[in-house]
Amino acid sequence: MGKWFEGTGLEEDVVVSTRIRIARNLKNYRFPQRMSIDESEKLTQEVLNAMKKLPRDVNYKFIRINSLSSTDRVVMIEEHFISPGLIKKPDHSSFLLREDERVTIMINEEDHLRIQVLLPNLNFEAGWKLSSEIDDFLESHLSYAFDEDFGYLTACPTNVGTGLRASAMVHIPALAMTGHIDDFIKGLTKIGLTARGLYGEGTKAIGDLYQISNQMTLGEREEEIINKLKNVIYQIINNERDVRNNLLGKRKNEIEDKIFRSLGLLKYSRRMSSTEAMKHLSNIRLGRAMGLIKDIDFNDIIKLMIQVQPANIQRTANRQLSQEERDAIRAKIIRDNIN
Amino acid sequence: MLCQICNKNKATVHYTKIVNGEVEKIHLCDECYMTHYHFDFDTAFPFHKLLSGLLDSMHEGYPKDKIGDIVCPFCNLSYSEFKQTGKFGCSQCYEVFKSNLVSLLRSIHGHNKHIGKVPKRGNKRIAKEREIERLRMELEKLVAREAFEEAAILRDEIKRLEEELGR
Repeated sequence: MGKWFEGTGLEEDVVVSTRIRIARNLKNYRFPQRMSIDESEKLTQEVLNAMKKLPRDVNYKFIRINSLSSTDRVVMIEEHFISPGLIKKPDHSSFLLREDERVTIMINEEDHLRIQVLLPNLNFEAGWKLSSEIDDFLESHLSYAFDEDFGYLTACPTNVGTGLRASAMVHIPALAMTGHIDDFIKGLTKIGLTARGLYGEGTKAIGDLYQISNQMTLGEREEEIINKLKNVIYQIINNERDVRNNLLGKRKNEIEDKIFRSLGLLKYSRRMSSTEAMKHLSNIRLGRAMGLIKDIDFNDIIKLMIQVQPANIQRTANRQLSQEERDAIRAKIIRDNIN
Repeated sequence: MLCQICNKNKATVHYTKIVNGEVEKIHLCDECYMTHYHFDFDTAFPFHKLLSGLLDSMHEGYPKDKIGDIVCPFCNLSYSEFKQTGKFGCSQCYEVFKSNLVSLLRSIHGHNKHIGKVPKRGNKRIAKEREIERLRMELEKLVAREAFEEAAILRDEIKRLEEELGR
């Protein structure tokens, strides 16, 4: 676990990860929502045959959703390899995960293909280059559904055109603390961007983590979409840093208290819910960014944020757990990792 | 109390759902909660509802029978079904419902024409047109900074591509 966020990148104090997702469909098949099992199997085989033509040194693992236990399906979502939408029709859906865990090709989610590239910190250029190359490769072996006017055709009209959803996961506790979040989200909507929760569309924001992404996919070139988003992300980074500095200057005692209380709770608690854990881990991350806490890496905090999610805990224990047991195991994992 | 989905494990998640005034009490075990309900919470506004509202407002003033209910011959999705779900059934739907889509896409994206990436296979003509557009922009930049030698090379390249397109 956790291979994709190894190493350090740009603006790690605010940007946790960069994600590029492109939606593609094949001609001559109905969209996944209306497919028969036979049809989705035929499509899956066609994609797998195309993947066989990859150079030998590139390795992907092929995983069918119905081969995973219900816990492992959710683990895959918690690790950000797949979207919640992929596990809705387990007998139709599968995915290919590249060895370095940075690339996932989802088969039969809402669209036939969803190419996802996930990179640590801020890295739109590399993300777009990589996903576009994978797209070129697949396109050279598969017949895409494409229209001269509407571009790449997708099951939902909100994805048509480029099929591109670019996003950055930002950690903005200072903006959240000072109550600027609502204004900020409203502002984003006005310029065609949107803020989503931890696992994408329709999910909650936890641990002050927000995914900022483009809303529109038609009528702008991919590079323009990404540049516009990148500019806004830099504004968010600067805003968050300003507020952090302000807090350090004017409310230092209050902030220190908040951060070190969280540290104490993480170090010594014997039971902790995932919501509580995320809240304190978020505070620790803020403390690290402000230089108040030194001996923990940003990567370790993110790794813990994933490890404390319900399905991850369940998998670590490898048996059915009650809520109380899970909270106890969670507290132990955190204690073992924070000292 | 047992989980109401699997009827096996002890229910540990309890909540009350109120939809349009109807109250429903839900009792689930952890596992069923995670697999069936965990990600349904806090759903953003239902897109399809917004969409059908949008489509209805576009058709305002037209008598209902004039629009008719077009059905996609490839996947059997009717236009009224599309209005309800907000999702197409297959890529042919775009062609079948085309006349209704232009204004819909414009209201979602602010545009109705794709100008981005083009698949190379089977779209040589569009790919060439896009390449010409790109080179023209490049050419303008070169001329602006008076790099005339490089500009001349580009101009010839554009000419060559245009000839290939039979212009």
